[in-house]
Amino acid sequence: MIYREAGDFKTSYRDDSQTFPIRLDRWGYYAILAVAFGIIPFVINDYWANAVMVPFLIYAIAALGLNILTGYAGQVSLGTGGFMAVGAYAVYKLMTSFPDVNIVIHILLAGGITAAVGVLFGLPSLRIKGFYLAVATLAAQFFLVWLFNKVPWFYNYSASGQITAPTRTVFDQAVTGPAASAPAKYLICLVFAFVLAWVARNLTRGSLGRKWMAIRDMDIAAEIIGVNPLRAKLSAFAVSSFFVGVAGALLFAVYLGAAEVGEAFGINKSFLVLFMIIIGGLGSIFGSFAGAAFMVLMPVLLKNFLVGSMGWPTDLAAHIELMIVGALIVTFLIVEPHGLARLWRLAKDKLRLWPFPH
Amino acid sequence: MKLTLAALATTMMVASPALADLIVPNMSYRTGPYAANGIPYADGFADYFTLLNERDGGIGGQLVQVPECETAYNTEKGVECYESLRGQSPLVLNPLSTGITYQLIPRITQDGIPLYTPGYGRTSAKNGAVFEWVFNAPANYWDGASVAVKHILDQEGGDLSGKKIALVYHNSAYGKEPIRTLEELSQKHGFELSLLPVDAPGQEQKSQWLQIRRDRPDYVIMYAWGVMNQVAIQEAVNIRFPMDKFIGIWWSGSENDVRAAGAGADGYKALTFHGVGRDYPLYDDLQQYVYDAGKAAGAGDQAGSVLYSRGAYSALVIAEAIAKAQELAGTSEITPAQMRDGFEALEITAERMAELGLPDFGAPIALSCENHGGDGLARVQQWSASEASWSLITDFIEPDAEILDPLIAEDSANYAAEAGIQTRCE
Repeated sequence: MIYREAGDFKTSYRDDSQTFPIRLDRWGYYAILAVAFGIIPFVINDYWANAVMVPFLIYAIAALGLNILTGYAGQVSLGTGGFMAVGAYAVYKLMTSFPDVNIVIHILLAGGITAAVGVLFGLPSLRIKGFYLAVATLAAQFFLVWLFNKVPWFYNYSASGQITAPTRTVFDQAVTGPAASAPAKYLICLVFAFVLAWVARNLTRGSLGRKWMAIRDMDIAAEIIGVNPLRAKLSAFAVSSFFVGVAGALLFAVYLGAAEVGEAFGINKSFLVLFMIIIGGLGSIFGSFAGAAFMVLMPVLLKNFLVGSMGWPTDLAAHIELMIVGALIVTFLIVEPHGLARLWRLAKDKLRLWPFPH
Repeated sequence: MKLTLAALATTMMVASPALADLIVPNMSYRTGPYAANGIPYADGFADYFTLLNERDGGIGGQLVQVPECETAYNTEKGVECYESLRGQSPLVLNPLSTGITYQLIPRITQDGIPLYTPGYGRTSAKNGAVFEWVFNAPANYWDGASVAVKHILDQEGGDLSGKKIALVYHNSAYGKEPIRTLEELSQKHGFELSLLPVDAPGQEQKSQWLQIRRDRPDYVIMYAWGVMNQVAIQEAVNIRFPMDKFIGIWWSGSENDVRAAGAGADGYKALTFHGVGRDYPLYDDLQQYVYDAGKAAGAGDQAGSVLYSRGAYSALVIAEAIAKAQELAGTSEITPAQMRDGFEALEITAERMAELGLPDFGAPIALSCENHGGDGLARVQQWSASEASWSLITDFIEPDAEILDPLIAEDSANYAAEAGIQTRCE
């Protein structure tokens, strides 16, 4: 009886086309924002920031980026890890070359550089589709990792090939490096995640998003009705890579603090982000967050439960954890191939009709 | 979502142990591509502390707790482990991964927790004036490279001019560490160095070995780990590379690595900074107090293997440092800062090793404020396939300080400038 539209009148087109047309949804959204910005920063500790919230927010940004490309524009990509590496190495070079410039600007520039690289690797998408494109982006993944390993300029000729993030501040608060406090790390990631999700939402429901979706649903029909496939596909690659690059920059600079390209940005990252959007829901902003939460929180939760509470040996717990997460993925794909976002939508539809199912 | 968060919060609270005990976490990996080598090390590490608890009632009357955290050799899991272990106020961390070590050095420096990285990690951490909280005694990667070249010099009668040495390495921070040293050494001794990187985890190395077959280097030095070791040794057998000219770093010299290649691996050499086998008095105590009592870690089948010994040896050094710290602080409940002082005053003589039941097992260690890495002595071990055992074929060899010291000074100075660290020890 609570969740319904009755009495929620809209008197303008503007009201009618808002993101959350139901009042309760809107309140829920504002409540989540209030908690995320107003309460969590004051109570968060290092464990929650570094093991849970920061990776969740960063992977949510990466998932948003891949979702734009794969979920909205229909271009399958396995190069996410490589593009994240571009973001990470770009921000590293910028941070060390221009230490006086604000880190936020560097992160945005790193996103821009990644966007350019993404467009470059998106060029084949004009000729090839589906699995073939997946293989082309896979090549990007391997090429970029090889490049960052091979050319010492990218890691400032350090003896070990590791890149380490120096301390940089925003409003005199360290957000990178070891001195960064948990709330500072959390807030910078939250701000990026919030703004980028907001941008993604508005891009995808504007004319650009409609073009992407037209290309995804049937590219020939889209071309006939006047969508330029070149622009639509390349803009999808650019925007997506921008998001992924920002995620990579944050992953390296804020979360890890030091990274090694093969280990931190290997093919596993590409698969991880792809699993996130498949489980979360293709073509959904909420799905990107839900998928990231599932893939980041689930293993941590299981580990804490099995080892911390049950006292199991760590190796047994690690193996069981892999099995449980794997089984959940398979179950999800069988029960609800459209992911968590679809489950959420179904639940809302049911609630709107409740208690009268017919 | 709310429920899961609540559950997570409760489990985290339940997990913290009693505060009075000495906490020495075991950051292990019993899963993933490096598990075969991670398991024996973790078992040895845990068993040594179990022995101390059972036989001596801990160290200085305090029981040692060894909470285990699974990193899978993965840096992100390593960060998660670090954050969860930090809540339990550990005395010292031993992450057993160069990647995770690099990750943790800035964090532990900030948090004031000693990091002990025997035989791995960041080499220039030997300079205690810059790396206040990091200890990498008894030997580091650059020592290893230098000792390997010294051994080759011995084999070749002291002249390497015109010889070719290939370095087959894991393409990561770990594998890249010795390159600088070998480059300097190649200039000094006039050998030609070729670099052959292998991408992690290391199953794919056919092309590297084809290149070795074509170039015919006189010696191959290898910096590999986990599954890469086995594949490399098998590939070397396949191209009939002479095994006694193939020298692995200490992380490429366990039973797991050579067994798979069978008789072909006979004569393969590897460095080590401690003894081999279980022919030491310590094992009688371990048998009595740990194995027979059913308290062995893991499956209990690793005793005496190379990596088990290494795990036990690093536990031994940590235990000695704890004892030293307790002596200096005058209390048995030491803090991480007192633990660092204990490490800096650490002295393990040959007599002390014999007293501990491991005579001639490791070289004497003497640390100070400037020197966090010891003298870097290592020896060479050789595999006998017929007897299925390693034997030590040299005495402890001293690394070439003339080459290493300037490199360490340079690299640590770079780090100090980068991280804005004031040098200490004056």
